[in-house]
Amino acid sequence: MSELIKKTAAELGSLIASGEVSAVEVTQAHLDRIAAVEDRVHAFLHVGAESALAQAAAVDAKRAAGEELGPLAGVPIAHKDVFTTTDMPTTAGSKILEGWRPPYDATVTRRLRETGLVILGKTNLDEFAMGSSTENSAYGPTHNPWDLTRIPGGSSGGASASVAAYEAPLSTGTDTGGSIRQPAAVTGIVGMKPTYGGSSRYGLIAFASSLDTPGPFARNVLDAALLHEAFSGHDPMDSTSIDQPVPSVVEAARQGDVAGLTVGVVKEFGGDGYQPGVLARFQEAVELLESLGAKVVEVSCPSFTYALPAYYLIAPSECSSNLARFDAMRYGLRVGDDGTRSAEEVMALTRAAGFGPEVKRRIMLGTYALSSGYYDAYYGSAQKVRTLISRDFEAAFQHVDVLISPTTPTTAFPIGERADDPMAMYLADLCTIPSNLAGNAALSVPCGLADEDGLPVGLQIMAPVLGDDRCYRVGAAVERAFESRWGGPLLSKAPAL
Amino acid sequence: MSAITREEVAHLARLSRLALADEELDHFAAQLDQIVGAVARVAEVATADIPPSSHALPLTNVFRPDVVAPSLTPEQALSGAPAVEDDRFRVPRILGEEA
Repeated sequence: MSELIKKTAAELGSLIASGEVSAVEVTQAHLDRIAAVEDRVHAFLHVGAESALAQAAAVDAKRAAGEELGPLAGVPIAHKDVFTTTDMPTTAGSKILEGWRPPYDATVTRRLRETGLVILGKTNLDEFAMGSSTENSAYGPTHNPWDLTRIPGGSSGGASASVAAYEAPLSTGTDTGGSIRQPAAVTGIVGMKPTYGGSSRYGLIAFASSLDTPGPFARNVLDAALLHEAFSGHDPMDSTSIDQPVPSVVEAARQGDVAGLTVGVVKEFGGDGYQPGVLARFQEAVELLESLGAKVVEVSCPSFTYALPAYYLIAPSECSSNLARFDAMRYGLRVGDDGTRSAEEVMALTRAAGFGPEVKRRIMLGTYALSSGYYDAYYGSAQKVRTLISRDFEAAFQHVDVLISPTTPTTAFPIGERADDPMAMYLADLCTIPSNLAGNAALSVPCGLADEDGLPVGLQIMAPVLGDDRCYRVGAAVERAFESRWGGPLLSKAPAL
Repeated sequence: MSAITREEVAHLARLSRLALADEELDHFAAQLDQIVGAVARVAEVATADIPPSSHALPLTNVFRPDVVAPSLTPEQALSGAPAVEDDRFRVPRILGEEA
């Protein structure tokens, strides 16, 4: 195993820029790692070895020609298979898009390419990013590198597993209800949900458009910030993109200091339903922040307890509308077109064959919540809860700089345990959903291993809208203090694959 | 709130253009009933005086300049189509009459 795969993205970028190693060597080391562990992890739906080596060679050629390289040029990345890519299939983890080659690149994809990042392949996910375990992928689950019998989180579970298994130093994800933060927490890595509108949704296959947010995964806070900065910023192709400068996240990650900050502990996130080992590690993080000079206070956000039900009305409602585009007419699967059936019959047969159970559940749930007669009681009420949650955040941020909570109520659960129990599965996103409904920034960083199962626990750091830099500033301080206590990154405690 | 029946799921499936099998209807009816029962809690706090939020950002009427920009060629736009004829998407019959 090459030592290159253990290096951070920032280290690899500087080694490549200085010519100490070539981008091709770095890419080959990661392709070798993928070949060695992928049969057990299954993080990728597609690996583009040839194209990755060609992209790496292009970076090396630029350097040879005397061009100055950016900090991430030549660094490999795993790309969630929900972003369109013209040179690789894009499936969203669904049979309905099996083998589809999009005719255009997502804005995030384009910016990865412009940064010189080498796209190794496309990572596994819950179908259309609906789920918390990757078990809803039509192509089989991804396995948690800490314990292969457990889930790697979801929906961006291939993304988290690829980084935790050293198959890539960086990966992209999307977070609609926690799909970056929860996988990061349960695999012991860093994952960031930027402020909604801070990263472009153009070319991101839509699940719930008012919530979907692209964001980075990395093994440390600085790498996450570098990737965040590389693909974020205003995009005229996305009408909900924020036309303001990207918060200075890299600078904040380099600073990493909490002295003088006030940190609010969300009172509603704890107690019943939370694993004791998760609460114990969270309490240690609270004490650590105090020891670093932060003032810690308890904050009540009463509406947060209604976030989960509101989300499971709003997200399915938006999904039922967004997924109407899969109509078997313009792209993707078509089933039953034997010359006798109508377009509508072909559509219904195709969608029944092409969508998995969770997607069908959510489409029907959303259709129900939006039906006349039920609209006010369900979707309308959920939209009001959304207002209340934003108000709770606004009130809290009058007094505190950031809010913290455990990222997830439990550590990674066994594959299969919640597969046919939707309500149990939905609880995985209990603490992450409020920030999707309010659109504010939120980061998950490792905060230790739970005593009862030895699995990673995540600390969630929430900041106001466009306060992404605060997440990185606090996250970097926590990371530095914990790593000096642990004698290295949490991930170095993971069993060898 | 009314429970979700098998007939209701069949209606939702029709609206959603999902040709579900009979055994799927029973399975989904039980699950959707449980989910709807749990999410109905939102009504507890959604009083008349609270304005609804459809979105996290206060953005309205965002436009790009109305200028011609590069776009997909017909070949690119049709590249993923299940069936193509004369530079168009070929689809099954849409109207009710026999072919």
